[in-house]
Amino acid sequence: MRDVAIVSYAQTQFVRSEREQNEVEMLMPVIKEAVDNSGIPKQEIGFTCSGSTDYLSGQSFAFVMAMDAVGAWPPINESHVEMDGAWALYEAWIKIQCGEADSAMVFSFGRSSMGETAETLTLQLDPYTLAPLNADAISLAALQARAGLDAGKWTERDMAEVAARCRAQAKSNPDAQVTGDFDVDKLLTDPYLVSPLRKHDCPPVSDGAAVMIIAAEDAAHKATNKPVWIRSLEHRLDSHQPGGRDLTTSPSTKLAGEAAGVQKTAVDFAELHTPFSHQEIIVREALGLSKATLINPSGGPLAANPLMVAGLARLGESARRIWAGHGSRAIAHATSGPCLQQNLVCILEGE
Amino acid sequence: MNQASQGQAELSAPHILEYDYRRSLGPVLSRFFTGLRAGKIHGIKTQSGRVLVPPAEYDPETGEATTDQFVEVGPGGVVETWAWVESPRASHPISQPFAFALIKLDGADTALLHAVDAGDASRMETGMRVTPRWAGESQGSIKDLAYFVPEAEGKADSPEASAEPTTDIVTPVHVEYTYSPGKAASRYLRGLKEGKILGQASDSSGLVYVPPRGACPRDGVPTSREVEVSSKGTVVTLTIVRVPSENIKVELPYCTANILLDGADQSFTGLIQECDLDKVRIGMRVEAVWRDPSEWDYSSENIKHFRPIDEPDVPFEEIKEYC
Repeated sequence: MRDVAIVSYAQTQFVRSEREQNEVEMLMPVIKEAVDNSGIPKQEIGFTCSGSTDYLSGQSFAFVMAMDAVGAWPPINESHVEMDGAWALYEAWIKIQCGEADSAMVFSFGRSSMGETAETLTLQLDPYTLAPLNADAISLAALQARAGLDAGKWTERDMAEVAARCRAQAKSNPDAQVTGDFDVDKLLTDPYLVSPLRKHDCPPVSDGAAVMIIAAEDAAHKATNKPVWIRSLEHRLDSHQPGGRDLTTSPSTKLAGEAAGVQKTAVDFAELHTPFSHQEIIVREALGLSKATLINPSGGPLAANPLMVAGLARLGESARRIWAGHGSRAIAHATSGPCLQQNLVCILEGE
Repeated sequence: MNQASQGQAELSAPHILEYDYRRSLGPVLSRFFTGLRAGKIHGIKTQSGRVLVPPAEYDPETGEATTDQFVEVGPGGVVETWAWVESPRASHPISQPFAFALIKLDGADTALLHAVDAGDASRMETGMRVTPRWAGESQGSIKDLAYFVPEAEGKADSPEASAEPTTDIVTPVHVEYTYSPGKAASRYLRGLKEGKILGQASDSSGLVYVPPRGACPRDGVPTSREVEVSSKGTVVTLTIVRVPSENIKVELPYCTANILLDGADQSFTGLIQECDLDKVRIGMRVEAVWRDPSEWDYSSENIKHFRPIDEPDVPFEEIKEYC
C-alpha cells in the first residue's frame, strides 16, 4: 500500500441558498485555493475526480460543465462518480494505490436549494417497489428513528441533545450554516415535522462545494510539511430495502470500521456524516466510539449538509482540525443512500 | 428562461425535469407485480428459508441467489415502524395526513414499505395490524396496492382479478426546480433582453466565450471582462436535420450550425434559414435575425435564426481551429 496524504483542502461557506453563482462560479475560487495551498502546480496533479449528481439542480451534464472550473486543457486524466465526494476521493485513492498517479484533485459540489431535496433523493431508491411511493428522505429517516425509539436504543431527548450539541459546536466554524445555543427542553416542545422527527433532528438544506488535494509519499512530503495521512479507507453497504435490515444498527459501518482498524485505534475526535440526529447514535455505536469521544467538532451535517459534499467535508474538516493543532488522529465517516445504506470510514493522522 | 424574474440581483426560472422509464421486471419482480394485479402478495424464499417481501433475486445477507419458491404472504401484517406525515407532499401516495410504515406481512421475514391511511397519528402504533386496500384499476405497479388501513377497519378487499402478466413497469420521473443560472449567464440573458450578445473574456488568455458561464474552460480562471460580440458570424460546422424528434418545433428539414460570432472565440449554435439548405457551407457569412423587440425576453429565443449575408466566405485556414 502507498501512503497517501491530504495536502490541502478548501470549501465554500455552506449556505441555505446560493442564487448568485452557478456551480462553476462557486467552484473556481475553492479549486484555486486548494491548488495554491497544495504546493503542487496544477499541471502536475495526476488525476481529477469529482462527486456530484445532476439531479440536484436538474441540469444534465452539469458534472461535465463543472470541469470548466478546473481548466481541462491540455486534456487531463479525470473521472466522476454520481456519489458524494468522499467516494470520488476513494476512486482517486485507488488510482494512486494502482500507481497510475502520484497526486489527485477531488472535488464535489451541489446546489440542492434549486429543487426539493427530500423529494429529489427519492430518485436514488429502488425504482420498482420504493421510488413510485415517493418515500422522501425525511420520512425514511423517521422510520429509522422510531425503530430505535421503540427498541429503547435512544430517546427523543437523546436525539435533541445531539442536535443541540452539534449546533453549539458549529459556532466556531465560520462555514457552518445552522449554529447557536439551543435549549433541549425547548426543542422538545416543538411540533413534529415527520413524527418522530422534529425540525432540529433534520439537516438543513445547504449549497456548497469542496476541494481536496491528495498526494502519495514523496509527492506529499515535497508538497507540504503538514501532510494528513489517510491511514485507512474502507466502504461497505447494506441492502437497499429499508425493510430488509435492522435500521437501528449499521452493519456496513461496523464492517468498514473493522476493516479500517477503527476499533483498535484511539482517536482525538470523529467527523461523522450523520444528517439526522439519531444517526449519530447508530454510527457511534457501530464504530465503537465511547461517549467521551468528541464527535463533529465542526458541527457536522446537522449544521450544514450540502448534498454530495457533506461526506467529503467530514474528511476535510478533520484535516483542517488536525492542521489547526486540535488533535492528531481522527475518524472520518461518509454515508450515502437512505437510512445510512452505504458507509465509508477512514482514519486520518497528522505527522 | 422565459419566465425569468425581473430583479437585478438574480434571474431564476421554473424548470421541470419529467420523463418516463419503462423497465423490464425479470422473472422475480414480474411474479410479484402480476400477483398484485390479482390481489396477491408474493415473497420469495432464500436458501436459508427466509421469505423476502418484496421478493429479490438474491439474498441481501449472503449474496446468494434466492430459490424459485414463491410464497403468498399477508395480505395483513404488522407495523414494525412508522413515520407520521402530517403535511403530505403532492407526490405522496395519500393526500391527507398518513403514515409511511414498514409492514411485516404474515408469513414474511422482511418488511414492505408502504403507506397506511389511519386518519390520525393517534391511531398509529408499532405492532398494530394493518390490511391492504387495492387500487380500483391496476396500473401494474406497487400502487396496485393503494395503501394499508388498520385491520380494525375491516378485512382486506380484493381487486378485480386480472390474469394479464406484468412484465414491465413504467416509472415516471417528475422533479421540479427553480433554477438560477449564476452571474455570467444572468449577464448574458440580460443582454439578450436588450438585443445584445454578451460574451466574457478569459482573465488568462483573453479568449472570448459566448454564452459565458463564468470560467475559462481551458485554464479554470474567471472571465471577468464583458465583451459585446457581433450578431454576424461565420459558419464553422453544420448539419442538416431530416428526421423528426420530440420537442423540436422547426419544420423539417432544417440546418443547425455552429457559428463563430465576430469577436468571439467559441462557436455558438443557431439555425440557418432564408436560404437553400444545400448551399450552407463552412466559411459562409451569416447574421442573426432577431424577433421584434416587443417580444424580447431573457431568452436565447430572441434570436429567431441566422441568415446568409452578402459577404465573401472566410477561408478555411482562418477558422479551422473552430471547425
